[in-house]
Amino acid sequence: MNVTVPPMPSAYKPSRLGERLLACFTWAMIIYTMLPIAVMVVFSFNYAPAGRIALNWLHFTLANYADAFAIQDLTGALIHSLEVAVGSAVISAIIGTPLALALARYKFWGKSATDLVIFADIAAPAVVVGASLLSLFLALNLPRGLLTIFIAHVAFNLAFAVVVIRARVSGLDRALDQAAADLGATPWVAFWTVTFPLILPGIVGACMLCFMLSIDDLIITTFVAGQTLTFPLWVYGAVKVGMPPQVFVLSTFIFAGGVVLALVNVALSHRRTVA
Amino acid sequence: MRRLRGKLAPYLLSLPSWVYLLVFFLIPLCSMLGMALAVGNPLTGYILSDNFQEFVTAFNNYQDAFLRSFWYGTASTVITLAISYPVAYWIAFYGGRHKSTYLFLVMLPFFVSFVIRVLAWEFILSDQGFLLGPLKAIGLLPRSYHLLSTQWAVIGGLVYNSFAYYVLPLYVVLEKIDRRLVRAANDLYASPATAFMKIILPLSAPGVFAGFLLVFVTNVGDFVNAALLGGPGTYMIGNIIQDSFFESQDYPMAAALSSMLMLMLMIAILLYSKVFGAEAIQEYAA
Repeated sequence: MNVTVPPMPSAYKPSRLGERLLACFTWAMIIYTMLPIAVMVVFSFNYAPAGRIALNWLHFTLANYADAFAIQDLTGALIHSLEVAVGSAVISAIIGTPLALALARYKFWGKSATDLVIFADIAAPAVVVGASLLSLFLALNLPRGLLTIFIAHVAFNLAFAVVVIRARVSGLDRALDQAAADLGATPWVAFWTVTFPLILPGIVGACMLCFMLSIDDLIITTFVAGQTLTFPLWVYGAVKVGMPPQVFVLSTFIFAGGVVLALVNVALSHRRTVA
Repeated sequence: MRRLRGKLAPYLLSLPSWVYLLVFFLIPLCSMLGMALAVGNPLTGYILSDNFQEFVTAFNNYQDAFLRSFWYGTASTVITLAISYPVAYWIAFYGGRHKSTYLFLVMLPFFVSFVIRVLAWEFILSDQGFLLGPLKAIGLLPRSYHLLSTQWAVIGGLVYNSFAYYVLPLYVVLEKIDRRLVRAANDLYASPATAFMKIILPLSAPGVFAGFLLVFVTNVGDFVNAALLGGPGTYMIGNIIQDSFFESQDYPMAAALSSMLMLMLMIAILLYSKVFGAEAIQEYAA
């Protein structure tokens, strides 16, 4: 006997109109997202009378780019920012990787407390982290400067590094390093020859995130910087006296550099997965 | 020997981070609490007291700023949720091959310094800027109209800066939802609205709450948007803490204010981790 099953009627088709509206909304939000960035890039090419950014478009000039590094304090501040960003990203990854391994691979006493502390470090408001570190440095009588900025940046980057690297470690097949152990590798050798190369993309990703967070930070840095200036601090301080066009030029450089690095990273990881 | 090492391994591995976070995160929080209880002045030094007077004074004097911070924080977080949910939803469900491109576009502001982003908005919204200037010139807006130093400029700045931070966790949860569940609901004659309310919304709840918490905490403690886009009437608790540290150098007051802010937000954080687990939020945080 043949039983024919009638095709199940799908009651509702997803509405095309709704999808269109959502698509338009998303694109509108992407444009909104880009607006301040476009302003920054466009006005970095605007003529700047008396060395101050004009509020309205005057005329196109490349003079701001020719003088990009003309303000020594600003260039110095940018160099401080880069030093702290690179240093704190690398140190955070070095301290954070072992913890990420412990959290992803072991069950141990104090694990949920560790999770809570990591989470609190991410979620704590910047103004509180900054104020509390300043309290500590004042109590210790530690002079504020590049060192205290660096300490503070590692303190907030560390948690992010742990979370990113941990995600990578969790995705790994434990059979790989167990195979290494079965073949007689010591844990140390197994780590460097098997685990480390596999989690390296996670570590690089963590470093990049930490670099961006560090070079971006204003709130925590204001508290611990003393007289030393980073790029965001210099800009924040210049708000009251008028902004030189170099600020937009240098941040256009940072923006372009960041985008290029991110695209290279995407291209490399794409090639790895394809190959 | 080997078993012992296996037992010790997680502790040895977590030792460096624990030491660092203890010394430069947990102890400072406690030492700040200590400073709030200290009496003295910058010249004679401070001694620890057991009076909580500073907290009472802090709360009485700056009630308005606390309330305002929580209002700005709530308003900006709700608005950010309202605009980032549809975006995350569209990218996760209809993004197709270009999902990561759309996400990348949403993330672009991360490549511009926070202070520059706020500065650019100050620039765009300024009274004689290229947006309001022409509108005033042709008479669409009264000459005295201004956006800067109103609360909406501050809330707008907060919304802009948290947009990408909210899209990410929402995208992560929406992307994970099994599409067959939605199909099944449709086959069982659920209207798209019902399918959304009964399936997609509940399944995306962890992302909604994780993002809400992170954005809310960040925005309540912010002072840069209020300083650049706001005016004297929009002072937030972050501005007051910063001023008491650097202008009036009233360290105990600043410490009391930060401790109170931390305590209030800690309650929110602990409640969250009780409900969803501390590990869950880490997933969405980065």
